[in-house]
Amino acid sequence: MVKTLKRLYLGLVLLFLYAPIVVLMVYSFNASETRAVWGGFSLKWYQALFMDSDILEALYVTVSVAALATLASTVMGTVAAIGIHSMKSWTRSLYMNITNLPMLMPDIVTGISLMILFIFVKLPRGYGTMLLAHITFDIPYVIFSVLPRLRRMNPNTYEAALDLGAKPFTALRKVLLPEIMPGVITGALLAFTMSLDDFVISYFTSVRTSNLSMLIYSMTRRKVPPTINALSTLMFVVVLSLLLFINLRGTSRKKKSLHSLRSGFQGREYPADTMIKEVPRS
Amino acid sequence: MKRSLFAAPYGVWMLLFTVVPIFLIFYYAFTWNGEFTLANFELFLAPEFIGILTFSLWMALLCTLICLLVGYPAALFLASRDFKRANIVVVLFVIPMWMNFLLRTYAWMTLLEDTGLINRFLEWVGIGRLKLMYTENAVLMGMVYNYLPFMIFPIYSVLHKSDGRLVEAAQDLGANGWLTFWKVTLPLSVPGVISGVTMVFMPAVTTFVIPRLLGGGTFMMFGDLIENQFLTVGDWNFGSALSLIMMALILISLGILNRVDPQGQAEGGGLW
Repeated sequence: MVKTLKRLYLGLVLLFLYAPIVVLMVYSFNASETRAVWGGFSLKWYQALFMDSDILEALYVTVSVAALATLASTVMGTVAAIGIHSMKSWTRSLYMNITNLPMLMPDIVTGISLMILFIFVKLPRGYGTMLLAHITFDIPYVIFSVLPRLRRMNPNTYEAALDLGAKPFTALRKVLLPEIMPGVITGALLAFTMSLDDFVISYFTSVRTSNLSMLIYSMTRRKVPPTINALSTLMFVVVLSLLLFINLRGTSRKKKSLHSLRSGFQGREYPADTMIKEVPRS
Repeated sequence: MKRSLFAAPYGVWMLLFTVVPIFLIFYYAFTWNGEFTLANFELFLAPEFIGILTFSLWMALLCTLICLLVGYPAALFLASRDFKRANIVVVLFVIPMWMNFLLRTYAWMTLLEDTGLINRFLEWVGIGRLKLMYTENAVLMGMVYNYLPFMIFPIYSVLHKSDGRLVEAAQDLGANGWLTFWKVTLPLSVPGVISGVTMVFMPAVTTFVIPRLLGGGTFMMFGDLIENQFLTVGDWNFGSALSLIMMALILISLGILNRVDPQGQAEGGGLW
């Protein structure tokens, strides 16, 4: 009885979370343009979606900015984490505080401060400035993912490699890097999803180029075309299949990936409760 | 080469793109036409702006409270070892969060509008149409919808990690269900509640997208006001002062929350 009530409660909360998404998905197959009437099943909004150059352009911007920002922030962040790890007390805490700073700042303030900077140095706001901004807010996620790995690592293995005649760079590549790789990958995934989903910071740091979030925002300000429904459905299905794919990669790793999925979720707005108390991105 | 030099490029990057921009905000907040002044902060003391701030705080507080009331039982039930497939249910709670934030909010526009599904359902049962869109309740709804998982997950993960034997011990010692909850489970979940509250309250205070979309610009929240000063009014000085006030507000709330749960701030730079 109690168990059933618990299930019912969880079911109701899930209903609340899924109802709007399901409604969007159903409407994406509606032949009628207004949402008030059901005009029968149709795929025309999906067709329209792939003809819409604005949406395709925004999709390209979103994915390419996320990929480039992830690449840059992962490399810079991993190297920086190795450096920070070897630092002594005060320089280390200086770096940690600077790394914490963007996480404490509300998105809107981060976005505005970068906007002021770009206008101040007369840099036209577009693709390039958006990329710079994304790299900036991505790096701390990489650092906070890599540092715990470094801390957990046995420092003697690196020294042993040196004793056995490896050059420092070789030891770094062959011993240190494999050890911290899971952290690097988590960091990169976090950075990528943060970038994909960002609206507020992109909104302030780019005017000439729109990513998907910005495009959706500008669409909702005017009359909303039903293609948005089709877009939502496709994005949802892509995300869902990605998650399923990650989860079903071999049953032995199932538990682990489920765990990373969960921590991945936390990282989206809050990089794991083991790190710090910081402000989630809205 | 010294290992600590590895962090140098990152240091330069953060100096350029985090420290300098913050300095610029301070500069604009404390100047007017290049001269030092506190006028930008004095301007904020006008009743209309104070009103916007208190309204935002009120909305964020309500949103946090609702999320806590709805989310706590959900987290508790998820963490209870009653279900065989609890893992899958947890993933079900995660999935909606992976959908674009704007799309999720837009989805509510479809439900709440005058000819939306909710209104048509109300008409059908004979209550008749209600004005749902562009009201405070719509904004609150959007905030709760977007931030609820951030309340559920920290509480769930704290309860999930906690030692189940503690509950059993309490029961062995003769405590009933309520007493066990009150004396064991609830105190154990405090760190989760604190981070949940932080994770809901902070974005709720600073959001400008949700009131824009679901409130339709009929009333302003603090985030709106800042965005407005920069992009519409063009008053960078006042906008910067508002940004600093928002930052201060967040640091103060974080400080208070950390005081409630002093063990919570395990790592990080210890800046606060």
